[in-house]
Amino acid sequence: MKKAAPSLVLILVLAWVASTLRAPRNPAAFDVQGLGRLPVLVNGRLKPLDTVARSSLLQLQGRQAVTTPDGRRLQPVEWLLDVAFRPAKADAYQHFEIVNPDVLAVFNLRTSEGQGEKRFSLRQLEPKIAELQRQAKLADQVESAVRTPFQRGVLQIYGNLVHYQRLRHAFVSPGRSDYLGELLQFQDQVKAGTEAVRAKQAGQPHDEAAAKAMTDIGERFVVMAESTNFLVVPPNSGNPDLTAWKSAGAALLDTFRAGTVNPAALAYAGFAHAWDGEKPERFNKLVELFRADLAKRFDAELRKCDLETRFNAAQPFYTSSVLYALAFFVALFSWLVWPSLLGRSAFWITAVAWTVATAGILCRMWLEGRPPVTNLYSSALFVGWGAVGLCLVLEAVYRNAIGSVAAGAIGFSTLVIAHHLSLSGDTMEMMRAVLDSNFWLATHVVVITAGYSATFLAGFLGIIFVVRGLFSRGLDRPTADALTRMTYGITCFALLFNFVGTILGGIWADQSWGRFWGWDPKENGALIIVLWNAIMLHARWGGIVRQRGFMALAIGGNIVTSWSWFGTNMLGVGLHSYGFTDAAFVALSSFVASQLALIALANVPLKFWRSGPAGA
Amino acid sequence: MNDVTRQFRDFFTSLTLTVVLLVLGLVLVFAATLDQVNLGIWAVQEKYFRSFFVLARFGNFPVPVFPGGYFIGGLLLVNLVASHVYRFKGNLRQLGIQLAHAGLILLLIGELLTGILQDDFSMRLTQEEPRNYSESFRENELAIVDTTDSKHDDVVAIPESIAAGGETIQHPKLPFRVITRLYYPNSLIRNREAGTPAAPATIKATKGIGQNVDLTPLPITYKQDERNLPGAFVELVGSEGTIGTWMLSADPRMPPQRFDYAGRSYHISLRFTRAYKDYTLTLLKFSHDKYSGTEIPKNFSSRIRLQTPRGADDREVLIYMNNPLRYAGYTFYQASFEPGNDKVTILQVVRNPSWLIPYIACSLMTLGLLWQFTIHLLGFIAKRRSIAPAAA
Repeated sequence: MKKAAPSLVLILVLAWVASTLRAPRNPAAFDVQGLGRLPVLVNGRLKPLDTVARSSLLQLQGRQAVTTPDGRRLQPVEWLLDVAFRPAKADAYQHFEIVNPDVLAVFNLRTSEGQGEKRFSLRQLEPKIAELQRQAKLADQVESAVRTPFQRGVLQIYGNLVHYQRLRHAFVSPGRSDYLGELLQFQDQVKAGTEAVRAKQAGQPHDEAAAKAMTDIGERFVVMAESTNFLVVPPNSGNPDLTAWKSAGAALLDTFRAGTVNPAALAYAGFAHAWDGEKPERFNKLVELFRADLAKRFDAELRKCDLETRFNAAQPFYTSSVLYALAFFVALFSWLVWPSLLGRSAFWITAVAWTVATAGILCRMWLEGRPPVTNLYSSALFVGWGAVGLCLVLEAVYRNAIGSVAAGAIGFSTLVIAHHLSLSGDTMEMMRAVLDSNFWLATHVVVITAGYSATFLAGFLGIIFVVRGLFSRGLDRPTADALTRMTYGITCFALLFNFVGTILGGIWADQSWGRFWGWDPKENGALIIVLWNAIMLHARWGGIVRQRGFMALAIGGNIVTSWSWFGTNMLGVGLHSYGFTDAAFVALSSFVASQLALIALANVPLKFWRSGPAGA
Repeated sequence: MNDVTRQFRDFFTSLTLTVVLLVLGLVLVFAATLDQVNLGIWAVQEKYFRSFFVLARFGNFPVPVFPGGYFIGGLLLVNLVASHVYRFKGNLRQLGIQLAHAGLILLLIGELLTGILQDDFSMRLTQEEPRNYSESFRENELAIVDTTDSKHDDVVAIPESIAAGGETIQHPKLPFRVITRLYYPNSLIRNREAGTPAAPATIKATKGIGQNVDLTPLPITYKQDERNLPGAFVELVGSEGTIGTWMLSADPRMPPQRFDYAGRSYHISLRFTRAYKDYTLTLLKFSHDKYSGTEIPKNFSSRIRLQTPRGADDREVLIYMNNPLRYAGYTFYQASFEPGNDKVTILQVVRNPSWLIPYIACSLMTLGLLWQFTIHLLGFIAKRRSIAPAAA
């Protein structure tokens, strides 16, 4: 039985992972999933509407779940459909997060009036929009680095309201009772109407009503085109440029020239009609036809969108983070009871979590056509992935659950960091020109990120050493020696990778800009990590530090690496008095403080260590 | 060996010294990075890395507060070379360490050479206008050009540091003396509106554009994306007394000002220091693509014609991100552009004769580290193999 237990755990975990991979189902008769898989072009990337809905929700309220005032839970795409096609209903949904009390005061609202004490609806915000605009204008004049939390909060909610407007104007002209009917009528009358407008401009006799109808609807299209940056209408079939997507408004304005209404713009009017009028068969038929038409030219893109939608629904990094947390506790308990059984279970849970994360990263790479690390978000994923990979090797060699504890903690925390970084919008953004080099992204960035992983792992092993030695009797001589050997090996690995990664960065700079080293903050950050690793190893070789000192230095590596990873991006923010209240800066400072505290604990005299002098 | 020599040897070959220097280096780099917010990247390099001591000003007295880059780097170099020589044993186990440290010595020397020899310039090209010089990012010069000969310009360029000094400058090529009456390290020029009187400055321009323009001083900027635009009032004095006082500004909007003296024509200007080349570059076409529906730049590229006067080279080159032109010891890369003006491209021009050293150094170090850690790893695996059967 005892031998079979880890296998049983493995099977249970695998079953749970498999359950997350099932295709999501439609909540009702409407094929909202099918609609969610349709592509649109936003911020330069063709992505499914499902992604648009999810990243919009993350941006507006920091989570993907929406509950309507009558208590229904909406899927992200359903929410998007309501925002775009049933604005009167959606305006009552509480999906604008405001946490700053001063910003709430602008709206004359109390936390008790919000869902979860922090989420509000457009209806609630509407009365004070003019005041918000005034405040936003004031805040906008202040340089971003020196804005107060209030000013940043004002600009954030203002930006979110703009985003909401963009969604509302992305597909149809909002707030029309029979928009589809208007478009069909427009289709019939556009020729005669244009003639009438021309005649009117030329001062000739004309049909005044027809001319007015044309200018009225034309103005609505202009408003639509100017109020959105969502390009939802694919290029015409004759256009060889497959990235030349248009906003619905711009496509409708083309009608005056072309004489016929763009079919995609008409299709979205049809979706609006079917969704608002509760006609699922029509809706589903339209999804089918629209997709079939797109498939003629965008077959590959549609398949990518299908995968991305599945990826969104499966949330592999969420699954993975739950498993890491589980592995952490199982491994921790293995130090108290049933070391072999729990230790092996923890190992297998970690392995599954890591495999899920690997699949997630591979999936993102395929979708983007890029190496794994392209921005801060993906670097967080990769740092965790690399560190857990090393932990699995350590655990396979040592089998003392230390690797699993470290893997669980680092894997979980890097995924939490990644989650917070994902709140600013789509995580698969287009690469700016200067970074557009898959070769260097694949070599320099990947190697240096692996170096970060190793330094963090060494630091975490140091933490295990200190906490176990000081607060438990678990740190006997063999465990202490094993931990030191692990840390030493990982530090050698870290020095190698950080060094090679930094050098590759220098070579990239020389190849691109003719200079090897420019002393810019990011380069300096990398150099500091290399120096720190070198200091650790030389201090050890020179006998300046022993076991405990070496471990304390390893914990210091966490500070150095976190500064290089995030701190260098906050320069100019963090140093300014107002910047100190920035959430990310607070998080970084508290992390640094906690590591300093651990280093101090490492220096507590040995007589206070519960494990006694083993850690000498 | 006597005691003193031994102490010297022990000091310079000690690992403690290495660790101390590494820690000092780390602190230096960290402080320099933070100070970039105040000083900008260039001033920081001079203050922290290309110096023996970091100086802080107390009142008017510069006081050394921390060892600078040359001091730490230099000592580290001595420490490395000494340990290298002293501990050198020609065996394979040590080969990795030896290689890595030899590479590091080379890297430090390379960075020292780069600091001394590297030059950075900018080159702004307008479509169809050939250009045969690049311009300094930070330095300016007072240029007086004899343009009498329509085929050939005779240039006298006075570096800013001398021109700003206020002393009378006498140059053998010039038939007059140059005196800087007033000098602002950073300034702003503004057209004086018709009818308004001149600002009550102590010195007024008596010739040229300066009679209709106001020059006001600005605080010196350290921001990385801004440059100081010095302004000055310069008087020229010939054998029969003053010729006139000109207002000059390094602002590119102010063109060179023409005057005649003793039957010859001259242009006078304060301008970005130029480095003339014996070839010309002409922008043929600048392209700039954005991602559809966004302002995110996708790529920039400049198609450029490269010509030498005698026709040894006459060809078209394409410079784009991550793909610079390397020619005659210089690297030209796509640095920037002027938003909204696609007839202009801005290249950065770098000269770095010691560019190869880091490559060699890094190859040595990487090989060394790989060798050393592989030996460690193999040793570790062998040890575990021998333990495992015993435990079983």
